[in-house]
Amino acid sequence: MIRKFLGRAVSTTLLLVGAAAILLPFVWMLSLSVKPRDEIFSTEISLLPSRLEWRNFVVALTSTDVPLFLWNGLVVVVGILVFQLLFAVPCAYALAQRTFRARALVFGLVLAGLLVPFHVTAIPIFLGFAQAGILNTYWALILPFIPTAFGIFLFRQAISQLPAELFEAARVDGLSETAIVWRITFPLVLPAATAFAIFSVTAHWNDLFWPLIATTDPQLATPPRGILYFRDEESGDDVGPLMAAALIITAPLVIAFLLAQRKFTQGLAASGLK
Amino acid sequence: MSTTPTLELQGVTRRFGPQTVLDRVDVSIPSGSFTALLGASGCGKSTTLRIMAGLDRPNEGAVLLNGTNVADRTAHERNVAMVFQSYALYPHLSVEQNIALPLAMRHLTTLGRMPVVGRFAPGSGEARAKIRRAVGEVAEMLGLEQLLHRKPAQLSGGQKQRVALGRALVRDPVLFLLDEPLSNLDARLRVKMRSELVALHKRTGRPFVYVTHDQSEAMAMADQIVVMIGGRVAQAGTPQDLYERPASREVAGFIGTNAINFFEPGSAPAGLHPAAGSAVIALRPEHISPAAAGTVEARLETAEYLGSEVVLALRAESGAELRAIAPGNYAIPAPGSAVRLGFDPAQVHVFDAASGQRIGEAA
Repeated sequence: MIRKFLGRAVSTTLLLVGAAAILLPFVWMLSLSVKPRDEIFSTEISLLPSRLEWRNFVVALTSTDVPLFLWNGLVVVVGILVFQLLFAVPCAYALAQRTFRARALVFGLVLAGLLVPFHVTAIPIFLGFAQAGILNTYWALILPFIPTAFGIFLFRQAISQLPAELFEAARVDGLSETAIVWRITFPLVLPAATAFAIFSVTAHWNDLFWPLIATTDPQLATPPRGILYFRDEESGDDVGPLMAAALIITAPLVIAFLLAQRKFTQGLAASGLK
Repeated sequence: MSTTPTLELQGVTRRFGPQTVLDRVDVSIPSGSFTALLGASGCGKSTTLRIMAGLDRPNEGAVLLNGTNVADRTAHERNVAMVFQSYALYPHLSVEQNIALPLAMRHLTTLGRMPVVGRFAPGSGEARAKIRRAVGEVAEMLGLEQLLHRKPAQLSGGQKQRVALGRALVRDPVLFLLDEPLSNLDARLRVKMRSELVALHKRTGRPFVYVTHDQSEAMAMADQIVVMIGGRVAQAGTPQDLYERPASREVAGFIGTNAINFFEPGSAPAGLHPAAGSAVIALRPEHISPAAAGTVEARLETAEYLGSEVVLALRAESGAELRAIAPGNYAIPAPGSAVRLGFDPAQVHVFDAASGQRIGEAA
């Protein structure tokens, strides 16, 4: 009994220490974003500010391009997700529920695609986009991520769990294959789609690597790219508004994730009732 | 009523890789008939049904619908309806939407089917009203009015079954295909749904093709039974034909509530049939019963009293096992005692020992 309690106490403590280490920068950002300038650079460390400095947020939102960065982030993230779903779900449906020659080979290629990191293909894509003259456009930020091996794989696994008779019934009822994908399959793999959306949105909202390569135009900067401009030029060492901007940029993701997580578990619960 | 059968399979062969699942199958579905495809699992009956539906294509042979070859038409173009073993209801749609979907695909344009926007598509108002009426009629016929807004997960097995039937009925198809539709129901509900299906068949007047592995279901409901064994049609005929004149040993073994008695050559009790030395003799338990003047003698091993009848397990002098049925008021003698049995010579079946095919008339 005591040994069990000790074991739990030790593991809980370790987890708490780990969580604190990971959360510390985040908490520090939160703290700095509401600190007045003179307290930020004081020698003593205090987590709580003496007074809340809302001016940091006002500066970040009004005298900088943060709203533009957020808008760019939204366009890129939504664009990527919509096109990913548009192509990955029909692809996965074909791989899971239709028989055609070389199906195993195609699926093998998808699996192989999972193993290739994006950075390997970044340079060829960059050169191709330069030739096509679409660097420094939204398309340059969206196009490379539309073919998603991970998405196809995830949806393929979800769709192959669905009974084949369902699709045959739909064919007998007169649905075209496209109609089967969007009217029957997609609603049934919504939990998988939610999970995929979380991965996709998080990865591309936070992505700095590709926007740094593909765009130089500040008007197209996504949030992480925008923060760099912010630091370098406009505010110099004005850390308060910088942290406020960082918070503003992180917040939508955290909020969206929390909402989607709830939806996600709801989806799981609903499918468990069947 | 035309003489052309509604559906005809001619020499249909289906192979999956090296395996031949259907071997030159000929089936004819007369208009207005209730046909049962009967066979053990893996005999190809479901594949036959899928080929009829257009969900699968034969490697060889023709599928004729009202005399026209429909080999390259989809299930929807053939306008056949299918009820699946698992019901295959769309889990995310309500009962009403499940039943309405085939009509929505037929009567509404792509734009008209869109949620919300669809209401403003030209002509969709009338089409929607028409669909709602048709769904209402079918729901009333099947007693589903109270359930229209439920999701399939909230329905019992019998209710799901009805929704699946409703989805088939609402389209007014030329042919109904049912793949073991009652196998997921409990025994009592199954018997009830049997008579409902027969009533439904009468009401629609359309031919039904019913796949089952349960011979009693087939005998009770169908007016034509196609027995399939190992990917071939073993025999097709009325239930009486199959019962009284089984074409082969396998069919005789398949049909009938009580397992038929088979006697290998030379093992039949004396006096059963003159060909008993070289052929397989078969006799149903219900056609042999204790009789004082009987010509067959056997020793009683066990007796099962079932109320209306007594099933006797006996052993003949030749060593062959034998089952006979006595009336419920039969005084069961002690095990081991000799029983004289009388039989109806007209009910003795003779099969070739090598091929298993029926020999001659039912003597």
